[in-house]
Amino acid sequence: MRLEGTPSQTVGPYLSIGLPWDDGPFVVPEGTEGAVWIRGGVYDGAGNPVPDAMIETWQADPDGGFDHPDDPRGKPGDPFRGFGRCPTDAQGQYRILTVLPGVVPDASGASQARHIDVSVFARGLLNRVVTRIYFEDQDNAGDAVLASVPEERRDTLLAKKDGADYRFDVRLQGEDETVFFAV
Amino acid sequence: MATPTERRLPQYRPDPDGTHPPLDYAPYRSTALRHPTQPLVLLPQMLTEVTGPLLGPGRLGELDNDLTRQHPGEPQGQRIIVTGRLLDGDARPIRNSLVEIWQANAGGRYRHTGDRWPSPLDPNFDGLGRTLTDDDGRYEFTTIKPGAYPWKNHDNAWRPAHIHFSVFGAAFTQRLVTQMYFPDDPLFSQDPIFNSIPDEKARQRMISRFDLDRTEEEWALAFQFDIVVRGREQSVFEDEEEDE
Ligand SMILES: [Fe+3]
Repeated sequence: MRLEGTPSQTVGPYLSIGLPWDDGPFVVPEGTEGAVWIRGGVYDGAGNPVPDAMIETWQADPDGGFDHPDDPRGKPGDPFRGFGRCPTDAQGQYRILTVLPGVVPDASGASQARHIDVSVFARGLLNRVVTRIYFEDQDNAGDAVLASVPEERRDTLLAKKDGADYRFDVRLQGEDETVFFAV
Repeated sequence: MATPTERRLPQYRPDPDGTHPPLDYAPYRSTALRHPTQPLVLLPQMLTEVTGPLLGPGRLGELDNDLTRQHPGEPQGQRIIVTGRLLDGDARPIRNSLVEIWQANAGGRYRHTGDRWPSPLDPNFDGLGRTLTDDDGRYEFTTIKPGAYPWKNHDNAWRPAHIHFSVFGAAFTQRLVTQMYFPDDPLFSQDPIFNSIPDEKARQRMISRFDLDRTEEEWALAFQFDIVVRGREQSVFEDEEEDE
């Protein structure tokens, strides 16, 4: 039996009363070995910060596995949450504490570069937009998804080294608009 | 050459055109500077996309699904029970899955520093709730019917009464945030967020159904709202999967 889908609607301006969790930004607890912050801002087409947005991240564990029944390689009971959530603050900034994801195969069995899937929600976004974080200091050669992105725009998907941490900005529109995906 | 395991990853079919709103929708003014203008790049559904967070009971407090009992006193307004099922497009229930809601109080005011219109806050109402679906994908909240509220999108603009819903489904592809509306709201015709959904039938699916059977005598009205996230493509392995 087929059912018709429920439409998406915007989170609106007041998402921050309902969606933030105290531990949302912590994909891993503070003090975890190898933990890094990914920090960044969400910006609109005028370059202004978006203070009513939310970033969600989803990624493999450091061994490239997902604790999920549809990962045939998965490890049931893995305590790794894999999920992060952070609303933007008054300056449009978010932060996620995580560890680098492991390498995950693509549909042909080839390795994908280390990546994190990202959903962006905001007032003014009637549906989420989806992007991916790659890491500028990791081996990104041979990643089929990156290769499918016009070369001059690939840089928008690379988190930049920022001391021991990373920076990843999301530009919803305009010059240097982030690459968004249809999934 | 695909490996057998990878070939068996589920694939999620897109909802029909018109089900979801366009990102660029001029009548909702905030979309103007916030919609991407470059074409979306197709992301094949691989392991990261067909898996997703399975967030269990650890996220819930005892009274998270009863928004009328989170303070010492009772909130103002019409008490309502909201029930429904979380299903995928093939009518499979999504079990043990987190459902989050947030809403304005009976007078249409949110407990948010940015909401300053002259309607009072209710000291006994925060307007946020969470629950987990059961084995049939069912959820239930007790809350207060939210009021309509004004916004500055256009002259004399009012949002129809609504409850914001956030669901995860079982995969990254199924993540959905929506709004539940109430039957026969006279404000629908002037609301660009409701009307951003191109397909008329899809739009109607955001309107809950008054549910006389679930009302509680001398206590609460009831509304029913099912949420349907993306279903799977048929695959040559479908029969095999059913056997597992
Ligand atoms: Fe609202």
